[in-house]
Amino acid sequence: MTAPLIEGRGLSLSFGNERVLDNVTLSIAAGEIMTLIGPNGAGKSTLVKTLLGLQRADEGEVIRKPGLRIGYVPQKLSIDQVLPMTAKRFLTLTRAASRADCEKVLAQVGASHVIDNQMSSLSGGETQRVMLARTLLLRPELLVLDEPTQGVDVTGQAELYRLIDDIRREFNCAVLMISHDLHLVMAKTDHVVCFNRHVCCSGIPETVRQHPEYRSLFGDQAADAIGIYHHAHDHEHDLSGHVVDGCGHDHSLDHDHSHDHHAHSGAGVKERVGQVK
Amino acid sequence: MMDDFLTRAVIGGILLACVCGPFGAFIVWRRMAFFGDTLAHSALLGVALGLLLGVDVRIGMIATCLAAALILAIGQRQSRLGNDTVLGMLAHSTLALGMVALAFVQGVAVDIMAYLFGDILAVNVADIWLLALGGGSALLMLIWMWRPLLAVTVSPEIAAAEGIPVERLRLIFMLLMAVVIGMAIKIVGVLLITALLIVPAASARFFARTPEQMAIGAALFGAGAVMGGISLSWHIDSPAGPSIVISAAMLFLVCCCVSPILRCMHKT
Repeated sequence: MTAPLIEGRGLSLSFGNERVLDNVTLSIAAGEIMTLIGPNGAGKSTLVKTLLGLQRADEGEVIRKPGLRIGYVPQKLSIDQVLPMTAKRFLTLTRAASRADCEKVLAQVGASHVIDNQMSSLSGGETQRVMLARTLLLRPELLVLDEPTQGVDVTGQAELYRLIDDIRREFNCAVLMISHDLHLVMAKTDHVVCFNRHVCCSGIPETVRQHPEYRSLFGDQAADAIGIYHHAHDHEHDLSGHVVDGCGHDHSLDHDHSHDHHAHSGAGVKERVGQVK
Repeated sequence: MMDDFLTRAVIGGILLACVCGPFGAFIVWRRMAFFGDTLAHSALLGVALGLLLGVDVRIGMIATCLAAALILAIGQRQSRLGNDTVLGMLAHSTLALGMVALAFVQGVAVDIMAYLFGDILAVNVADIWLLALGGGSALLMLIWMWRPLLAVTVSPEIAAAEGIPVERLRLIFMLLMAVVIGMAIKIVGVLLITALLIVPAASARFFARTPEQMAIGAALFGAGAVMGGISLSWHIDSPAGPSIVISAAMLFLVCCCVSPILRCMHKT
């Protein structure tokens, strides 16, 4: 096994009297998709920021592979109106790139049409795509996404996850992702970390799903909802094991379809579970 | 040619405008107008210290601006008092201290008005050299750190995650600003320097599609304001510093009116 890209050992952090991280140990290997899930205020963003070095931990250490290339997509990007910024210019924010390269990555994320638009005029989904495209120009070894589907409508979310999966395959990079879209997350991820100030449980989705701490955190009904989607996940693995490229698209169509079905309700996880049952 | 006071004023003013343009753009983007104002206020203390210690007042002004920038950089690390409170306290206490200290300077009659509103018509060859070398170096430093500083301005989180030294860049930018403001006081004065930094940048915002266009536009509008101000002063014998600010403000109003018309023409 090669050394992990990023490793946090025994990370603890308090804001005032509140302990936000409690002895967290976590590592991400090359090429792996890891998803952090947990309730609001669980400290998921803080954990990611600590791993990235944006936040210093009180205790513990973060070990990075030397020269690690990281692409970071923050939870929210608000570019002030006073700062004129086209999508093309935003793509070259931390590193220069030719217009041809910018066109190429925008095409990859399906946002070619916005290249000369101002960032402040883009929709939530377009902004996410442009942010994702920007990280592609960095050719990252590790892609870090903080709630990548925030502010994106429900149909766009599934597409965005599919895009992230495509990117992972093409660049062979690891992905560390925070999410609260429980049912969608499970379908593509290798490694789920259920997090609430400490690592409640972690492992392949199957293991996490059955873990009592996970079930107590999200409630049995929500946990079952993931189970339903999880079968689809198994299915994909079986198929892709036999026919590597042939069925990828079919499956993602299935995925969209099942997703749209729920989109109509626009309801929370629990209600969706009711429908499925 | 350098013998002519008008020529010196124009050269000095345009040099300053070229430096102030890109710096002013960053001040507008980073919402640091009040920060610049505070540094300028502290420069008056530098005048007094220069006279009391017998060093060149230009060096005194740059030194106190740098000191004020460092104090503010440290002050920003605490969160008990708001940033604007810290800025306001420092601005007015250094201004008051400067005025009191000037009252104790013996033997020299100090023209305080010249420092408050600038005296561009009194710019000498040494001032021009200082502006060309000092301002030029500050501008080169800014260009050198342009991309990472802009990344920090757009998103400190993205910048830090991708290995840009956010805090160091912030500090360097504040110190460069201190140098620029310290040099500019002679020309437009303590009370008007902020205007020369932000008004041309605000005018350029109407026409810019990228940060770089806005920075270059700010330098051009600034140079235009200097030319306009000096000719206004020449024709109606008005004080030059305020006249420059007035012409910058007039340019801004013209941009306000012209830009919607241009946008309409662009669409059709």
